[in-house]
Amino acid sequence: MAVQTRTAPRVRAQVSLWDRVKMPLFYGVLAAWTVVSIFPFWVSLVYSLKPVANAYDPPILWPIPFTLENYRTVLTEFELFPRWLLNSAIISVVLTVVRTLFCAMGGYAFARLRFPGRRFLFITMLFSMMVPGQVLIIPRFLVIGPGVIRNLTIGGTKIPTGFGLLDSLLAVIVPGIVDAFGLFMMTQFYRSIPKELEEAAAIDGAGRFGTFFRIVLPMSQTALITLALFTFQGTWNEFMWPLIVLRTPENFTLPLGLQWFRGEYYTLYSIVLAGSLFNSLPIILIFFLFQRYFIRSIAVTGLKGV
Amino acid sequence: MNMRMRRRLGEWLTAYIFLLPWLFIFLVFVLFSIGWAFYLSFTKYNLFSPPQWVGVEQYLKVIRNEDFLQHALPNTLKYVAVVVPTQTVLSLIIAFALDQKIRFRRFFRTAFYVPSVTSSVVISLIFLWLFSKIGIINQIFHLDIDWLNSPTYALPTIMIVNIWSTIGTMMLIFLAALQDIPESLYEAAEIDGANRFQIFRHITIPALRPAIFFVVTMGVIGCFQVFDQIYVMTSGGPLGATTTMAYLVYKWAFQSTNIRMGRASAVAFILSLMILVVVLIQRRFIEQPEEE
Repeated sequence: MAVQTRTAPRVRAQVSLWDRVKMPLFYGVLAAWTVVSIFPFWVSLVYSLKPVANAYDPPILWPIPFTLENYRTVLTEFELFPRWLLNSAIISVVLTVVRTLFCAMGGYAFARLRFPGRRFLFITMLFSMMVPGQVLIIPRFLVIGPGVIRNLTIGGTKIPTGFGLLDSLLAVIVPGIVDAFGLFMMTQFYRSIPKELEEAAAIDGAGRFGTFFRIVLPMSQTALITLALFTFQGTWNEFMWPLIVLRTPENFTLPLGLQWFRGEYYTLYSIVLAGSLFNSLPIILIFFLFQRYFIRSIAVTGLKGV
Repeated sequence: MNMRMRRRLGEWLTAYIFLLPWLFIFLVFVLFSIGWAFYLSFTKYNLFSPPQWVGVEQYLKVIRNEDFLQHALPNTLKYVAVVVPTQTVLSLIIAFALDQKIRFRRFFRTAFYVPSVTSSVVISLIFLWLFSKIGIINQIFHLDIDWLNSPTYALPTIMIVNIWSTIGTMMLIFLAALQDIPESLYEAAEIDGANRFQIFRHITIPALRPAIFFVVTMGVIGCFQVFDQIYVMTSGGPLGATTTMAYLVYKWAFQSTNIRMGRASAVAFILSLMILVVVLIQRRFIEQPEEE
């Protein structure tokens, strides 16, 4: 008893001290990290608006002297630049549409349809997510490009063992038309929604395809948008695979082009920074517009994935 | 009966048609690819002549290789050992601060997530410029360090870049987990007379265990495979100071004039094994509730 009465006031004092410092402390942490997060973007924006000659000169936080010359140079003097932008846009848009659809179809099959091998395939799919990319890049390169076995001939005819797509946009697109992560996400989504509506449609005589495309897909809007945004972000930013399969500068995607560009014009860093903005701005803009979907997807994958 | 059979067959068919794109990708680009990579890791293969079976020789050559032993292996381990704990602890602190009764929460959350949506190449290009010898970081802190050309500072610089760019995602995972902890648990603990630190230690941390496991696993997998930043910022240099295992796979398979796809595959499998081991070890530590 005595011990209790002696320690109680001390605990209370400690708590109230914590109560007094905690909010300023938390705001301090948040403000500091805001500065750390935004500072690199802000200064790169500032310096992209300064002349090339001032690429390292103060002032740091404001574009003095101000110029739009770097953006003009990027867009008009480097004819490859619009090309990279276009290549990136084609790859990302095609993959986003195709992958979202295929993942929705597959996820629906896993969640709703009964078929032999379902459990086995689903578990295999989960395991496939854990294989590191480094293991797969070499065979993938061989399959997409020159072929696994060169000059395979059976009875005098040459059998191709690869797609021969190296250095084309299709080389980036083909292996990405569907992925395990999206499939898993869509499966979890379809498992979480009630199936009464689909059953009603089935009773009305709509076939399985009709039910899926006319009832289920429109119903899955939120999940589809979430997956589409995620896919767009991933494909727009992807670097390693395009680096391996794309060879000539005309066929580069924007990240690849920017890296190459830096190699050629490293002395003109303001232009590199201006070019970089064309890659980061669209994705940051999309993030601002669709924030809640991004955050949702992270909460969903982060917690249900365990 | 016949009707029912037909309907069931129809369902099988629909399912396989819906799964066809994935089955194709899975068979060719995952299953076959794993098998072929495994086969290649036991061969000598330079892309121009057919793979030549050499048994475990490639693995033995890898573990005796200087690039691997002196650079790739220690650099990868150092990288994981520094980046994973740092990004986990920092993102947890930030998420915890954000989970209080904070004004402008949306603003903060948005600001923190921006680095995570930006491409690794753009981030690398920006940091390459910030951390150059005459760059802004040196100007602000009155330093004169040639960060990326110094064998001492190059790897730490890349660590900083990666910690900075991954915290946004991890913070959001922690934040979602923190918001899922029922208020009643905290209230019960307060009634029982627990102080703040006891509550954090005995309620918050155990409730966060699945999220911590997930974040650490993602961190481990990501760190073992770090590539983009290294390719753009240092190309593995200077003097191999930033060569990691993932970078070595690329270098041996695609970059050098002397293509060694067999040996690169062997490194890739050693890398996978290491990821698996580390993930399993950390699972034992994190998922096992401590004895009370």
